[in-house]
Amino acid sequence: MSDVPAAVRVAELRVRRGGRMAVDGVSFELPPGEVVGLLGPSGSGKTTLIRCMVGVQIVEGGSVEILGRPAGSPALRRLIGYLTQAPSVYGDLTVRQNLRYFASVLSAPDGDVDRVIDEVDLRGEADSLVGRLSGGQRSRVSLATALLGTPQLLVLDEPTVGLDPILRRDLWGLFRRLAAAGTSLLVSSHVMEEAAHCDRLLLMREGRVVASETPASLLARTGAPDLEAAFVALIDRGLA
Amino acid sequence: MSFARTFATARRALGQLQHDPRSLGLLLVVPVVLMGLIAWIFPTHDVDRYGPPLLGIFPLLVMFLVTSVATLRERTSGTLERLLTMPLAKADFIFGYAVAFGALAIVQAVLVSGVSFGLYGLKVQGSAVAVGMIAVTDALLGTALGLFVSAFASTEFQAVQFMPVILIPQLLLCGLLLPTDQLPTVLGWLSYAMPMRYAVSATTVVMTSPTVTASYWVDLGIVAAFAVGFLALGAATLRRRTP
Repeated sequence: MSDVPAAVRVAELRVRRGGRMAVDGVSFELPPGEVVGLLGPSGSGKTTLIRCMVGVQIVEGGSVEILGRPAGSPALRRLIGYLTQAPSVYGDLTVRQNLRYFASVLSAPDGDVDRVIDEVDLRGEADSLVGRLSGGQRSRVSLATALLGTPQLLVLDEPTVGLDPILRRDLWGLFRRLAAAGTSLLVSSHVMEEAAHCDRLLLMREGRVVASETPASLLARTGAPDLEAAFVALIDRGLA
Repeated sequence: MSFARTFATARRALGQLQHDPRSLGLLLVVPVVLMGLIAWIFPTHDVDRYGPPLLGIFPLLVMFLVTSVATLRERTSGTLERLLTMPLAKADFIFGYAVAFGALAIVQAVLVSGVSFGLYGLKVQGSAVAVGMIAVTDALLGTALGLFVSAFASTEFQAVQFMPVILIPQLLLCGLLLPTDQLPTVLGWLSYAMPMRYAVSATTVVMTSPTVTASYWVDLGIVAAFAVGFLALGAATLRRRTP
């Protein structure tokens, strides 16, 4: 383990956003090849933390290291797949045109476009304008973009929001397969039931990480019947 | 900076317009219609005085608006943030847009010049091609200015408001309403800092002299230098990290 760099190493990270501390002294380390769930109520700092990892957030203090390099390093730009919370794709292009453009920016091979269209199950819509798709389909185009190339770390901000249960299950299946192949994943969600799919949980509340452990250890430590109750117990009893 | 990524960005920006035929149509038709109005308003000798400078200024206005709104949409939709986490140089982004809208600017300027000289009967002492080249350079300048100001706007409302701020003073001081040497002293000085002054000055050369003179090339070069300068400034104001 020692010579493989951590997927993510965050130390004493502080970020001020909109006049308040959005991330307030956060430290944790994520081993590679795991699916990590970043959970917490909306406004708890998940998106800000994610923006720090992909190197687009101005930080006030502390450090973020991704795959052994400081976040934002040019070398990381090929190694991280990033899904923003709101779908960031072009509404006035087709699905395929969108993916072709991002693939050429990443210098990804030609076959990649069809591969990711299949992975998010959008083959039937490949030549439709993204602006005419449903919200769920549009967010899958955005997810497909994050899968282009060969990212070693996928940072996905709420990839399953607004999707039906079948699609959610399929996507979690895809995330598990990617992790089995060695990709590290950080998946944010504000739905605690998704936590069960994860190897490790990072629970955030008011800009702080209140737990970083496996679902099993979280349940054992709190004695709660499910993860939602465990999160509540953690806050209530001040176990964090 | 990479040619492949700049070219891919240009092709993508044009692909977006292709799916928006109404914008594309407005972009190409509006300057032609405005020049028609000018030809209709003025008696012949005044058309030949106001027409040629406006031939360059209309494409500048249109390209400024289109470019500032298009790049602002990239910022607000999150696509720019995503691109900047990828191996895309800031210059790839800016010059990609410049290439795409520059190509459009050429089509637009050729169209409006062709119609103005061919159909509306606009006349100059020099060659129509020399006027067309000013129109193309002006349109490129509009693209560069639009890219630059979009950095200072956070909504499309704000972006559109930059037009009266950036372009109307130039329109007033460029020599079109009053020759620049008749402007009050301070305003005359100010006009030296405005690219539109040089565009109008180059046009005046073509209007009054049968051959293009050295001062035509100097003026045109200054307009082009402003365009390149604002493109570079546009790239410099792009930030990978934001608050």
